[in-house]
Amino acid sequence: MSFINYLSREINCKIVYYGPGLCGKTTNLQYIYNRTNPDAKGKMISLATETERTLFFDFLPLEIGEIRGFKTRFHLYTVPGQVFYDASRKLILKGVDGVVFVADSQMLRAEANSESMDNLRTNLAEQGYNLDTIPYVIQYNKRDMPNISPTEELRQMLNTGDVPDFNAVATTGEGVFETLKSVAKLVLTELKRGAAR
Amino acid sequence: MASPQMVMYEEEFAQVQAVTNRLVQDANARVVFVVDKNGQLISASGDTGDLDTTSLASLTAGTIAATGGIAQLLREQEFATQYHEGVRQNVHIQVVSGRVILVVIFDNRTSLGLVRLRVKRATENLTRIFEMVMAKAQDPFRSSPFSEITDDDIDNLFND
Repeated sequence: MSFINYLSREINCKIVYYGPGLCGKTTNLQYIYNRTNPDAKGKMISLATETERTLFFDFLPLEIGEIRGFKTRFHLYTVPGQVFYDASRKLILKGVDGVVFVADSQMLRAEANSESMDNLRTNLAEQGYNLDTIPYVIQYNKRDMPNISPTEELRQMLNTGDVPDFNAVATTGEGVFETLKSVAKLVLTELKRGAAR
Repeated sequence: MASPQMVMYEEEFAQVQAVTNRLVQDANARVVFVVDKNGQLISASGDTGDLDTTSLASLTAGTIAATGGIAQLLREQEFATQYHEGVRQNVHIQVVSGRVILVVIFDNRTSLGLVRLRVKRATENLTRIFEMVMAKAQDPFRSSPFSEITDDDIDNLFND
């Protein structure tokens, strides 16, 4: 749910990075944080365990520019990917404007990808959202790893709705900003559509 | 969309700010801020100079969401009030009309009793204001800033 403040002329939107454990959600945010002009970003917060696994969420506020005099800010969140943190994932999806599903391209993670996507659909539905209508993109991460599935295979398995999708190597930044720009654009287009209704 | 968009117009923003400014004075607090339950900062009053209010807003909403999850598991409605006691500073958190969060940061210049008392009155005022905000947001005849935005505006934002 976006938040528009007329006095400070700001539009704030929430984007959530979702996906199975160790797929690279936090790495996406870290790359964005490291490569963004200090004026355009706030502090990145990671609520992680001692072994640097996400415990609750990562948070990165990002300013992407102005539209008609309104500063446009995106609040990026990741969810904890590990299966047993489902209660936390549900909470983070509250008020979401757009979703990035980060898939792990390694063959061994095929089942984890599918399970996580089913989980995303279920948890969104619990909050009153539909994965088929919400602004949503998919990223096939870890394209630099050995034993990865071909993109076409991942697409067939995960991208049944034919949403924008991107190959990525989050550690080097390949595909990271393309993914973010794509979902941000979908979110703004959806807000514009909502305003016209 | 699952929940209506929140739009703050100047008039309501000024009213919220007046409530939080007054609460800083009445409770002798260091900082008072109001956060949307989704983590967006709405207004802040007091000594906010060196505070990262954006991060505080997101983390406060996270705390409320987490305790809301605990409440649900215990079949409790909601833990509307929370208090965190530190060595030098304390934080009082109050959910207002199930929608926004009122946060008071205070030190030993005041007491928890006084903060609680003043928060109660501020909560009543904020409830009234946010009912108006939500009623306006659902008014189909009010224009959103997005109704003016073109596809080109959106494209231009992403041109490197």
